[in-house]
Amino acid sequence: MPRSSTRWFAQRLAQMLLVLWVIATILFLIFRLMPGNPLVAYIDTTFTTEQKQALIHSFGLDLPLWQQYLIFLRESAAGNLGRSFSFHAPVAQLVWETLPNTLVLMLSAVVVAFLLGTVTGAFLAWKRGTVVESIGIPLVLAVRSAPEFWVGMILLAVFSFSLRWFPSFGTVSPGAQYASLWQRLTSPDFLHHLTLPLITLVLYLQGLPLLLMRSNMLDVMEEEFVVMARMKGLPERRILLAHAARNALLPVVTAFALVIGYSIGGNVVIENVFSWPGLGRLLVRAVAAKDYPLAQGAFLLIAAMSIVMNLLADVAYTWLDPRVSYAKR
Amino acid sequence: MRSGSVEALPRPHALGAASWRRAWESFWGVLRHDRFAFVGICIYGLFILVALAAPLIAPYDPQQTIMKGDELMANQPPGPPFPLGTTNVGRDIFSQLAFGTRPAFTVGFSAAFFVALIGTVAGIVAGFYGGWADAVLMRLADVAFGIPFLPFVIVLVAFLGPSLWNIVLTMALLLWKDTARVVRAQVLSLRERGFVESARVLGASPARLMLVHIAPNVLPIALLYGSLAIGWAILTEAAVSFLGFGDPARISWGYMLNDAYISQALSTGAYNWFVPPGICIMLVVMAGYFISRGYEELLFPRLRRQ
Repeated sequence: MPRSSTRWFAQRLAQMLLVLWVIATILFLIFRLMPGNPLVAYIDTTFTTEQKQALIHSFGLDLPLWQQYLIFLRESAAGNLGRSFSFHAPVAQLVWETLPNTLVLMLSAVVVAFLLGTVTGAFLAWKRGTVVESIGIPLVLAVRSAPEFWVGMILLAVFSFSLRWFPSFGTVSPGAQYASLWQRLTSPDFLHHLTLPLITLVLYLQGLPLLLMRSNMLDVMEEEFVVMARMKGLPERRILLAHAARNALLPVVTAFALVIGYSIGGNVVIENVFSWPGLGRLLVRAVAAKDYPLAQGAFLLIAAMSIVMNLLADVAYTWLDPRVSYAKR
Repeated sequence: MRSGSVEALPRPHALGAASWRRAWESFWGVLRHDRFAFVGICIYGLFILVALAAPLIAPYDPQQTIMKGDELMANQPPGPPFPLGTTNVGRDIFSQLAFGTRPAFTVGFSAAFFVALIGTVAGIVAGFYGGWADAVLMRLADVAFGIPFLPFVIVLVAFLGPSLWNIVLTMALLLWKDTARVVRAQVLSLRERGFVESARVLGASPARLMLVHIAPNVLPIALLYGSLAIGWAILTEAAVSFLGFGDPARISWGYMLNDAYISQALSTGAYNWFVPPGICIMLVVMAGYFISRGYEELLFPRLRRQ
């Protein structure tokens, strides 16, 4: 077993790198085939032709495409993502600085959404056929259908601009200084800033685990071991928690990868609504400013993040459910 | 003698094969009997009516900055001349909302059509032929799965230029994979079924097998994924427009939200400006869920008793 699991892991890792390589190649082609000079954001109107030529040469843009591609692959693999045109700083530094903000927002939202979603889903299954259900289900569907950035805008208008309970932008108050990253991320000020974006992302993500948990519960409730527990005269709450919920939970975990996918798109827009300095906001600003190296770097890191999280979800699933063998997956 | 033996073979229909007509009938059946699906269709119908009659319903040109004498009618509250008030540059919000149905449905339906079409064709070809066609298509689906959807749409739309059709194109490029996967799985089992086998024995060409015998059977599932894609497409267009990469020539709901956001409507509390477009998006997407829910019951009858 350990041997096959190592092999499975190695295979998944190889597949992951392959997908990443294909994405990097597509990205390279997109940015090189963009109409116009990629340095347009860099070049001032006062530049002379020689200065322009020197600049193009220094970026290696006068080399043949295949050479540029090889250089791009070599440098990306080494973690060198070039220099941002608009920030005049190394791309790697810019993306690594914003990565923790994105990760904190995303992971905390995914965890809260799963906890809230499964509990509410089980509750709604339990309340089947009651008024709670006939109000709850349309409400859940409505929240799921609402554009996440619009929900964020409303929260911002109500709780930030009208009631002034929460700040409207950033991760910490302007001018605040912290000794370390960890201190910053755990400071009350940071959590205060995190609240509204977190609520928005949780509302956006909770629908899927909730609806899945509910339908699984309804399925499980009719299985023999639940009927058996009922016949034994166990209290309803005990049946619900100890028997039904436990078994209904596992398929919800499989939705983890799907939710990660949603959360990456959701993150991009929500970071922009709340001016949250994360990777998504960086990407949008880079694309808007035609800052290709930065857009490329931010996109690659977002893609890598989503692929790694998918792998982790897979590992977690095989670990949680011993029936799934590594070899079969 | 010969014709007799052919007649003795069970007719394809008796073996549960669907024809195009039957697929259509079951499609209508769901709409007629499912309460949710019916509500969904009504919402769609209403919005499509608004989209068609937008010039009649909207009191103003959505782009027009309205003047009253020398005075710009900016930031007007909702009231008689302006049902939902005006924007900070004096545009009528209600008129923008009415015209906003057009890009929403254009994107929604065309993206759903291409997603369902590409996904179904790829799924049928991969499932029917197997071998290298299957391998190539499924590896492509793997890559499409690894690409983060919204960031890719943003990058590609910025590259191709901000237009509605480029948004549709990028969605079709990435979303076909889900439909293709389920259709392929369905085709793999259909391929071995009796009615396909008997058609093959009778000398039906691969094209005929796929088009006449297999396609109608995967139609319901393609429609389900298509109807889900409508909502996705409308949400994606809204998000892309909100982020400022939308088609500047058309006023969409996402554009309105972007306009309200960058014009400080949140801090001035202009709820009449940014609440209605969101409600419209929500209603249309929800209608899509309601309709697809009806189909899920058709496809997975086990759900019906719940």
